Amino acid sequence: MSDDRVENRLFQNRYVVDVGRPHIEIRPHEVPSRELVAMTRVCPAGCYSQNEQGQVEITADGCMECGTCRVVCAKSGDIKWNYPRGGYGVLFKFG
Amino acid sequence: MTHEHFDAIVVGAGPSGNAAAYTMAQRGLKVLQIERGEYAGSKNVQGAILYSDALEKIIPDFRDEAPLERHVIEQRIWMMDDAGHTGMHHRSDDYNEDRPNRYTIIRAQFDKWFNRCVREIGVTVLFETTVTSLITDENKRVIGVQTDRDGNGIFADVVVLAEGVNGLVGQRSGLRRELRPEDVALAVKEMHFLPQEVIDARFNLKGEEGVVIEAMGTITDGMVGTAFLYTNRESISVGVGCLVSEFAKSGEATPHGILDRFKNHPSIKALLEGSEIKEYAAHLIPEGGFRAVPELVGDGWIVVGDAGHFVNAVHREGSNLAMTTGRLAGEVVANILGSCMTCTRDNLQTYVRQLEDSFVMKDMKKYKNVPRMLEQGGRHIMDLYPRLLNRSAQTWFRVDGKDKKSKESDILRSARQARGLTGLLGDAFKLARAWR
Repeated sequence: MSDDRVENRLFQNRYVVDVGRPHIEIRPHEVPSRELVAMTRVCPAGCYSQNEQGQVEITADGCMECGTCRVVCAKSGDIKWNYPRGGYGVLFKFG
Repeated sequence: MTHEHFDAIVVGAGPSGNAAAYTMAQRGLKVLQIERGEYAGSKNVQGAILYSDALEKIIPDFRDEAPLERHVIEQRIWMMDDAGHTGMHHRSDDYNEDRPNRYTIIRAQFDKWFNRCVREIGVTVLFETTVTSLITDENKRVIGVQTDRDGNGIFADVVVLAEGVNGLVGQRSGLRRELRPEDVALAVKEMHFLPQEVIDARFNLKGEEGVVIEAMGTITDGMVGTAFLYTNRESISVGVGCLVSEFAKSGEATPHGILDRFKNHPSIKALLEGSEIKEYAAHLIPEGGFRAVPELVGDGWIVVGDAGHFVNAVHREGSNLAMTTGRLAGEVVANILGSCMTCTRDNLQTYVRQLEDSFVMKDMKKYKNVPRMLEQGGRHIMDLYPRLLNRSAQTWFRVDGKDKKSKESDILRSARQARGLTGLLGDAFKLARAWR
């Protein structure tokens, strides 16, 4: 169940990454909320991880734009979530 | 484009948006459709089953051209424990008919085709463009959309919101509330490729025949969710979905971990043996049912498809509700504008009334208590009962010198021990009430 196995899966997918313009941002924090920590496990693309200080970080390059983190963190207001600009992001061949 | 005015703008090019755009253009409206993906379907994910009836009402001869995989001749419904499954199989040669009722499809390909029909009938489609907000006049009437491309906005008499489950436009404009984690499932899915003849042999199929498996049980680790396996022509779609609320609270489970658990289950593993995985996808499914359906119409706007929470989770139907709501919305808008009236909330209410008279709302209402029942008693339904069922089946089928009457008593005793008589009766009552 490790993250690299998610990465192997994502390797099959096609993405057009909008370099320098991540569509999801985490509000800076000292101690992450329960919801943010949950996302390190729940995100199906494994985009969320905890750094050595315990803060939750995101690398949204493999994001499949499902919106799960947006729904989970809606109440806590931990993240800013937008769809990627038109033409960017994941491109499903089969869907 | 800047100051061009359209009769209708459709946000999104999935089944509901395509159905709405097609229906309106067919009736002579000037329609603009806006899709954020590079092509229609590039952002969309589904199992996927296509229900012919809903599409026939829009494109009667779709079978001539649509990219269809296999028509479904067999449905398997499995209750799984860790070692196996007990279930119901229904297969009939009657489904080998001229106009089959259900097909497996590959959504990115299907959506692309449907959208080509939409363009051919005269709809202007803007790809790679994300709608960022709605434009309203001083009376809060929606008069157009703002996109990430055109600073001046694009204007129309009505905006059809076919933006999907994670529909930020309607939500951020305050047309509907935020999704609750209890009302959406997160589904993950893989595409496993195998030669056609291997799939035919493994599932006892010939020609274009197909099988679908829907499964629930211990594979979801007690979370409310289901798994599926659909045969396409040269691939198998395999996936699981569980409520986001369950994923968020549960201790260990990851979506891909649950998917692996399903794929490695003794009942599934051999079916996928030797396959090549070519895609991994994730998407939300609106599963809150009738109680989660938001406001559907307002001055200058109308909601269709997943954005309107139109999914019958019990029967695993969604794309047909999307196409039907899209078509009905398109018809209502065309009638309104065709009679030189405006798309006010009052006039658009016809759409809501038509939905109520159709299978869409009737089915949504029929199962309105199911999500609540699962929220309360989900663990028993997803874990305890599948275990009991499989254990009972083993007790029944094993021949071990024990008489059949004693076996019956054993089965009843193990059920009473596991849940208690009151619990069993209560669950049966709750299920019956939610189902009626």
